[in-house]
Amino acid sequence: MPSLPRPGLPFLLRSLAVAALTLLTACAGEAPDAAPSKLVITGSSTIAPVISDIARRFESEHPGTRVDVQTGGSSRGLADVRQGLADLGMVSRAPKDGEDDLQWHALARDGLALIVHADNPASALREEQVRAIFTGAIDTWAQLGDELSTFDEPITVVSKAEGRSTLEVFLDHFELTAPEIAADVIIGDNQQGIKTVVGNPYAIAYVSIGTAEFEASQGTPIQLLDLGTITASTDAVRRGDYPIARTLHLVTADEPEGLALTLLDYARSAAVADLIEGQFFVPLAP
Amino acid sequence: MTAPRHRLPPPQGLADRLLGAAASAAVLAIVGVFAWLLADLLRHGLGGLSWHFLMAPVEAAGRAGGIAPILVSTLAILAICLAAALPIGLGTAILLAELGDANSRFGRFVRRCLDILAGMPSIVFGLFGNAFFSLVLGLGFSLLAGGLTLACMVLPLFIREAEEGLRAVPQEQRLAAAALGLGRWRMLWLVVLPAAAPGLFVGLVLAVGRALAETAALLFTSGYVDRMPGSLLDSGRALSIHIYDLSMNVPGGEANAYTAALVLVALLLAINSAAAWLAGRLGRARWQVA
Amino acid sequence: MSRWRPDADRARLDDRLLVVAARVSAAASAGIVLLIGGFLLVESLPALRALGVAPFAGMSWHPTGGTDGGQFGLMPMLVGTLAAGGGAVALATPLALLAAVVCVFLAPPRIALLLGRVIELLAGIPSVVYGFWGLVVLVPLIRRLEPPGPSLLAGILVLALMILPTLALAADAALRAVPRELLTAASALGLSRTTTLVGVALPAARSGLWTGLLLGVGRALGETMAVLMVCGNVVQVPGTVFDPVRTLTANIALEMAYALDLHRAALFVSGLVLALLVTVLVLAAQATTAGSEAHP
Repeated sequence: MPSLPRPGLPFLLRSLAVAALTLLTACAGEAPDAAPSKLVITGSSTIAPVISDIARRFESEHPGTRVDVQTGGSSRGLADVRQGLADLGMVSRAPKDGEDDLQWHALARDGLALIVHADNPASALREEQVRAIFTGAIDTWAQLGDELSTFDEPITVVSKAEGRSTLEVFLDHFELTAPEIAADVIIGDNQQGIKTVVGNPYAIAYVSIGTAEFEASQGTPIQLLDLGTITASTDAVRRGDYPIARTLHLVTADEPEGLALTLLDYARSAAVADLIEGQFFVPLAP
Repeated sequence: MTAPRHRLPPPQGLADRLLGAAASAAVLAIVGVFAWLLADLLRHGLGGLSWHFLMAPVEAAGRAGGIAPILVSTLAILAICLAAALPIGLGTAILLAELGDANSRFGRFVRRCLDILAGMPSIVFGLFGNAFFSLVLGLGFSLLAGGLTLACMVLPLFIREAEEGLRAVPQEQRLAAAALGLGRWRMLWLVVLPAAAPGLFVGLVLAVGRALAETAALLFTSGYVDRMPGSLLDSGRALSIHIYDLSMNVPGGEANAYTAALVLVALLLAINSAAAWLAGRLGRARWQVA
Repeated sequence: MSRWRPDADRARLDDRLLVVAARVSAAASAGIVLLIGGFLLVESLPALRALGVAPFAGMSWHPTGGTDGGQFGLMPMLVGTLAAGGGAVALATPLALLAAVVCVFLAPPRIALLLGRVIELLAGIPSVVYGFWGLVVLVPLIRRLEPPGPSLLAGILVLALMILPTLALAADAALRAVPRELLTAASALGLSRTTTLVGVALPAARSGLWTGLLLGVGRALGETMAVLMVCGNVVQVPGTVFDPVRTLTANIALEMAYALDLHRAALFVSGLVLALLVTVLVLAAQATTAGSEAHP
């Protein structure tokens, strides 16, 4: 992690002054319209960290612009773009029927990994085992095979709230429906899933491979389980080996123009491929 | 406190002794849990507390850096909340306490509405704020939308305190003002409001406390962008939302969540103690909850 | 017409403006409730119109569920709300009552003052801090007892902690308002401590205690953050206190961020249910207060 110089007092004072000034101008009723130099991006918690990184670099290369990034799930990204609350939406799956009213712009590739606590002795699961765990047919770790026979603990199944595209991708792949999932904890963001697993050695969750590898690289005590014989990793996604893969998208309401177009082109250019790889996603730029 | 105390007969018999034991156990449990909570906050939070923490921007989703933008957003939300709640609340309190409308049909209706408003769950304010301020008024996720939503929420609390403050002004002062030929407006402006100012101030302080503690009403109104807001139409993350996000969504965020929680609790304790102290000096019962 | 206006006229104009301004603000304050009710209703309408009322009484909540258009049963979450709120009230009420009795009757003045302070401090701690503390302290403890940890029990404990000050302060006020003569008379009859308290003081304070209880229940049912953080948020009717549950409030907080169309409307329906529930409680509390004394 890059260490910034300590900003100390002047940062706050300057910011307070700016805030006070804007407060005054806003009170004087001057600028209720959002300046054209500002973009709002909302949606998938999978994409948000990488877009935040890209936005920081974009802002530093385009002084005077401001890009606000908020999470809330892919559906929120779609809804906000449709309602005009956001300029760009982040959607971590492919377009579905009835969603072609929006413009879809592919950003990167990602996969879904099953994760457990680093202390959990499990290292790989077969597809039917995953299905059995998430439908509640298997509810202790010891039932999963000989090497786990001493780990006789109940499985805490962590699943995502409805409307999250990570859940949809997961259900699609394992040919399950939402009512079949027998969860013990329901979470929202990817990070919350990782956090739940960190706090519970018996838990299993499915999250973005990129997010999981990033967290693991930061020293967070989680491990990614192999799916059958295939290692869950960004490399496997890049090679096309890993079966649960998806394309991360940015969406716009219309043909993008102005600052939105500039940012979109920038986000999909080679200039930020290092940032996308830094978050363990697979950039699509050549 | 001047409340009457009554000396009960000395304990006798099994029932009394059981009661004494149960009471002691209850008190120990309450004090114990409180001490546990506070000790936890101090033990885990105090280490991270520094000038740098308060003055630095958020880094790595809150795992590193400080909470300067969070504090600024919080202050902005509070300022908007007060700026909106103060005039409306004061006007309502004046109507109820000074203009003799308290027992009119309209006055009773207003009071009933305020009682219902006071009991409304904060998440309902969040839904309303999202539908009304963010979407219908087009404010989006912004400090403005969040502050206005909170203003609706603290209004009943502020009105009740302001009304009480106005009623505490001795009737003789009004009579004297009337004898001098002052109209209602001048009486209010020159005599009643200055005399009621401390009470009104208590109401404001309590409203700030309530707003500062709120989380749910802000989730879908002010949003949670953790950067320094550039204008009131920017989204900004309040301190309470920051604690929520750090504890739920940021692996490794506990340390800073503890420190942020410590800051929030310290602010609230200071605010509530100030209100209690002020109210105590005004000779009123100390602040009541609900 | 003279340009000079007598002071009295101006005063009258000021006064009229004052009354108008005050009426307008009061109407605005009252209007907020109507506006909230109106918005909840308008935003709920798409779901109510498309589905009617019956589906919301169903047992399964799959708002985005596949081809059949989703299921919108709020029942498990209503059960979760009532179980968490009811459990918290059942746990906190006796503690709060005992604490109030200690404050008003049993403890020496200094101790009573100190205890009062502690309870007021507890009342000042925000729900998100209770939720955070529950998440990092209580949930792991419960997990050791009976996995998974995030559970109805965690919700009950945190909620009980949160409403305890509300209940205790209300009970304290109610007990202080008991006329002294009653207690003196009880002493004169030679009644014991317990008999005086249970037979005389509590019945005399009954209406105040009920009001406090109803407000506490309202607070417990309406609390969002703390239960969202510790309850696990699984939509189900809990079999034991160790099962995770989702409350109506948590459901809104969890899904509102990305709910669309009918799903969003269904969340407003749950907001409407919540608002009605709490309004009934507030009106009931008012009725119990009005029965005994005038509004303060």
